Amino acid sequence: MNKPLAPAAAERRPTDWQTPAMQRRVRRRYAAERRFRLLGLAAVFASAAFLVYLLATMLAQGASGFTETRIALPLDLRRHVAVTPAQLHGAGADLALAGAGLEGAVDAAANAAYGRQGGASLLSDGAWLRVRDAIKRDPELLSAPATIDVPVATAIDMAYKGDGTPESEAAVARLGNRLSRGLNVSFFTGADATDPTRAGIWGALKGSLLTMIVTLGLAFPIGVLSALYLEEYAPRNRWTDLIEVSINNLAAVPSIIFGLLGLAVFLGTFHMPRSGAIVGGLTLALMTMPVIVIAGRNAITAVPPSIRDAARALGASPIQVVFHHVLPLALPGILTGTIIGMARALGETAPLLMIGMRAFIAAPPGKLTDPATALPVQIFLWSDEVQKGFVEKTSAAIIVLLVVLLAMNGVAIYLRNRFETRW
Amino acid sequence: MTAAGVNVFYGRKQAIRDVSIDVRREDVTAFIGPSGCGKSTFLRTLNRMNDTIPGARVEGDIRLDGEDIYAKAMDVVQLRARVGMVFQKPNPFPKSIFENVAYGPRIHGLARSKADLAQIVERSLARAGLWNEVKDRLTESGTALSGGQQQRLCIARAIAVDPEVILMDEPCSALDPIATAKIEELIHELRGRYAIVIVTHNMQQAARVSQQTAFFHLGQLVEYGDTSDIFTNPRQDRTKDYITGRYG
Repeated sequence: MNKPLAPAAAERRPTDWQTPAMQRRVRRRYAAERRFRLLGLAAVFASAAFLVYLLATMLAQGASGFTETRIALPLDLRRHVAVTPAQLHGAGADLALAGAGLEGAVDAAANAAYGRQGGASLLSDGAWLRVRDAIKRDPELLSAPATIDVPVATAIDMAYKGDGTPESEAAVARLGNRLSRGLNVSFFTGADATDPTRAGIWGALKGSLLTMIVTLGLAFPIGVLSALYLEEYAPRNRWTDLIEVSINNLAAVPSIIFGLLGLAVFLGTFHMPRSGAIVGGLTLALMTMPVIVIAGRNAITAVPPSIRDAARALGASPIQVVFHHVLPLALPGILTGTIIGMARALGETAPLLMIGMRAFIAAPPGKLTDPATALPVQIFLWSDEVQKGFVEKTSAAIIVLLVVLLAMNGVAIYLRNRFETRW
Repeated sequence: MTAAGVNVFYGRKQAIRDVSIDVRREDVTAFIGPSGCGKSTFLRTLNRMNDTIPGARVEGDIRLDGEDIYAKAMDVVQLRARVGMVFQKPNPFPKSIFENVAYGPRIHGLARSKADLAQIVERSLARAGLWNEVKDRLTESGTALSGGQQQRLCIARAIAVDPEVILMDEPCSALDPIATAKIEELIHELRGRYAIVIVTHNMQQAARVSQQTAFFHLGQLVEYGDTSDIFTNPRQDRTKDYITGRYG
């Protein structure tokens, strides 16, 4: 049964592990390991440093974009504005106040209080709107003198924040403690404007939101159903291999190509409304769908075949196996992939520029077909602006975009951890 | 169930060669043989689980109560409810114990009401010898049970649809000896109510639980008959060699 061992050749001397040559090898090996670890650590520090530098720069430039400079304006509206308190309630209030000459009254008050420092030119174009809103909240302002803080013009705003022309800085010095800083709420509630102090991101945010809704509504069902079909039902032949390769390639296509596609097909052939959120949504859906299909296929493949076997052996039909067992178990992975795909679509600029979501939109879109823009496009447009006031607005908008993206990725990670099934 | 002249091909490779066998309602039938001899493959032809393997082809005549199960008119879904299967590695669904057992009756519409369903679940768990251990924790996950309990849960799940035949593919090979003993005792209790076919690597287990034994080798059915005959007086040399442990 046991074959005899092969005859030994010349006897081998036992290895001496302590020769100087051996010790040199050991030292060199340790040094190589140490070098490699240091290299890895250096790489981590370098990437962290880049990230910190980016965030710090954005925060430094953009933090002031969230604030506005205000001036204390003494007002006595009894003589100038003839509006009864009753007219102030209801929808006609804005019109009534405008018609009563509120804007002129505010300018006159500015000239009276600050005539030598510049008068009405100190105030932002939207200052009278702030007074209007204050009156609507507290009608008493019409019957007694009061002091209201109103936003200043952009030149004064920039000078107060430390980046103005010499004349503006002199004006700021003269005004002294009449100026104050506060949160710029209109940045979040207003749409794009030519005046930096009135420019806001709500128009772009709403445009992005509408676009994302269209993208999700199209890419998610089509992507998930495609992934299910390709994994569970499709036969394995050359055609399905071709489809798989094509989908993988589509996920890597530069996004501007999808923009060209949208331009040619949606705008050119179908004559859909240019700049509409629906066209943006369709284009981004085309871009996001391959990502969802790939994430979906990976999630579905990760469901163990034993579960499918168990279900089939009980007499479950193919649809029941898929919807009762495979899909619920694959859903966390699919959701994670979807959110990551959506986050990528949210930050896309090039395709939206191609299909025309790049115009100056002064009002937030109401319907899907209204002209709209998206947050990354708004950032792009503002970065092109000449006025200094837009620099901080651009950085502030970038901060908002980063926060939204971080939140989306955070949700994806939370979902993934929460629903990970441990077998 | 009866099988006559069954050949099974995986692509061009022939895995089962001309097997004919009868499975009787009142008996436990054991399939024994060395690794790779085709016993699991043949077992899977009995409930058409080979349909799910791409490239698998089954020829021959396999009948359940006289109906050809590979006929176009036979509904695979209903066949698998009538011929249940328990796998080598316990595979409960990642749902609650109740949901695991209730799934089969639910999809086949076997329960008339929620109370009826609860009764079916209790009866199945009791018949599988698991009721007393889990009756207070039916909402806990099926995967939280021990290996032996999970396998009994899978048996309860198979019983819940009231099959005619239960196929067991090496049900104890992943279990410890105490759990194995419990399962063998369970098979003994289930005998007669369901036709049971058990594939096993363990010859002593086959001798303990079965009344009929079939010996497979290299895809062919070498010998088939009463368990006591096969183990004490095998007719074929290959059977004798395997039983006495000369190979395998």
